[in-house]
Amino acid sequence: MTEEPTARPVPTGAAAEGRGLARLCAVAALLAVAFAPFLALQPNRIVSGEGFSLPALPAAWLGLPLAAVLTACALVAALAHHAAVQALAGAAGALAALLGAGLAATALLPAGATLARVSLGSGFWLTTGAFGLILADALVKLRGGPLARITLAFAAVGAVLAVLAAGLWNDLSIMREYAANRDSFWQQGARHLVLVGGSLAPALLLGIPLGYLCHRLAAARGAVLAVLSVIQTVPSIAMFGLMMAPLAALAAAYPALGAAGIRGIGLTPALLALFLYSLLPVVANTVAGFAAVPPAVVEAARGMGMGPLRRLAGVEWPLAFPVIVTGVRIVLVQNIGLAAVAALIGAGGFGTFVFRGMGQTAMDLVLLGAVPIVILAFLAAVVLDAVAGRARGRAA
Amino acid sequence: MAQRRGLLRIVAAGIAVALFSIMVLVPRAFERPLAALAKFGQPAIYDRDSILALTLSHIGLVIAASLAALVIALAIGIFVTRPAGAQYLPLARAVANLGQTFPPIAMLAVAVPLTGFGARPTLVALFAYGLLPIFENTIAGLKGVSPQVVEAARGMGMTGRRILREIELPLALPVIIAGFRVSIIVSIGTATIGSTVGARGLGEIIIAGLQADNLAYVLQGGVLVAMLAILVDLGLGFLERRARQPRSA
Repeated sequence: MTEEPTARPVPTGAAAEGRGLARLCAVAALLAVAFAPFLALQPNRIVSGEGFSLPALPAAWLGLPLAAVLTACALVAALAHHAAVQALAGAAGALAALLGAGLAATALLPAGATLARVSLGSGFWLTTGAFGLILADALVKLRGGPLARITLAFAAVGAVLAVLAAGLWNDLSIMREYAANRDSFWQQGARHLVLVGGSLAPALLLGIPLGYLCHRLAAARGAVLAVLSVIQTVPSIAMFGLMMAPLAALAAAYPALGAAGIRGIGLTPALLALFLYSLLPVVANTVAGFAAVPPAVVEAARGMGMGPLRRLAGVEWPLAFPVIVTGVRIVLVQNIGLAAVAALIGAGGFGTFVFRGMGQTAMDLVLLGAVPIVILAFLAAVVLDAVAGRARGRAA
Repeated sequence: MAQRRGLLRIVAAGIAVALFSIMVLVPRAFERPLAALAKFGQPAIYDRDSILALTLSHIGLVIAASLAALVIALAIGIFVTRPAGAQYLPLARAVANLGQTFPPIAMLAVAVPLTGFGARPTLVALFAYGLLPIFENTIAGLKGVSPQVVEAARGMGMTGRRILREIELPLALPVIIAGFRVSIIVSIGTATIGSTVGARGLGEIIIAGLQADNLAYVLQGGVLVAMLAILVDLGLGFLERRARQPRSA
């Protein structure tokens, strides 16, 4: 694993408090607001449409004030002396872009047009991205703890969901796609979680004991890790494909297995492939975690009369745990992304929308699948980073 | 023991290279075993395009994107570890760390509306995703160089540029190669998925097999892609180990 070597502290003071990045992002946001198309009006779902920057929005009563608010946020962020002010400006800018996009879409959509769509343009993505970076930069400067980061990540996702639930984005094309796929969206979402959880759980149940075994038996370690890293190297579609042939043969040879749901396509090969991918990070990090337990500590526990099981449960496991959690983080983030590819072999999940959208050249359908995947992966990373951080604090 | 492992590795790699070459150059050689998987009347070997051309196109996409990513990631990585760029370092770390949570498939999905179908979205996705591991490892490698070594070089009167070129980069090289290795392996996989948006590559065989429900194609394509990735990984792993060995000056 590319766990970086102990990083020397960054020189603090003037250098770390620099405002260069906030200014750069503020300039990018200003340019995007002024010139890039914030929204695009499409005659229908597939044809790409005509873009409108905020100042050029036909509804000037909305476009101009919105552009002014975003400009003000960017200026405050660029000139802020305190990181907290910069954070507030970044959050306010992102929220204004989010709310504004919904309102502007409603204003832009011609009354009574059923086929016309309003989609988000590069101006929206650039503006939101720039304010997001301003916010992230401010948070790095504020040195918030893991709990603060979790709270903030969930608050950000909560804000987006609140905007969606309030119906403010209902006139944007991505929400039109959602409305058309409402039921299957949640079904495929549940399926995505089944794919991720259903492969992670057995990988933990098998991988952690296997990792401990490798820690104790040096002879097994090299071979097991070598085999697992070769498996990890195989690209995802290829892996899904390679799982199909043997499972199809198995189901054909033993009809009882086929009746039990073991088939060459669908859930079974996907779960198997994701499980195989999950093993390397779990096993490697378990090995690394136990290897990092200082022998003196184990010796001391032995000296205190602790048996091997109590040493494992009371001393070694708590010390190895933070590194193992880092492995779980890698697996979780990796599987959330890879599960999307499983849609190609009929396993479902959010990837279904991505690939269906690519097939129909309907970009909003692609986004309907891709955005939840990114959000899930992001939340998993933030939460598990925090868990690992806390565990490390407790173990130290 | 170590020597025997090294020999074993070379033999295994040789067999793999030979097998891969046969699969690429004489795909018909595998017609008989694959025919068992194809349904009645279906061809067992992909014949809509030459396997060699698909392989070369696949490798070309990966190399073009990865080399561009290497140059840019190295440049930014060097910049944020110099005094002038130090203020960007904490954020650069955070972006590299969180950026890798963005699934490659989502990167591809986002690149399509920006660039249209074909090879372009794949190149963009490969490049953008490829940056992160190289960038992260460049920073880790350069920051891992002992300050005493740099101080000693400065004491000898070396300029900052010479220290970078002759001391820091060579010492950081194994870690940078490790990042490049991760980046290129992910790229080979993402380029395979790129076939769904019209990039020419080995993924075409798998996709064609999935669409026609022809397991023989799926297996042929799957084995080809898997072997390509494993072989490239072996090769770069070899380079990484070479770079780790202390040089006899």
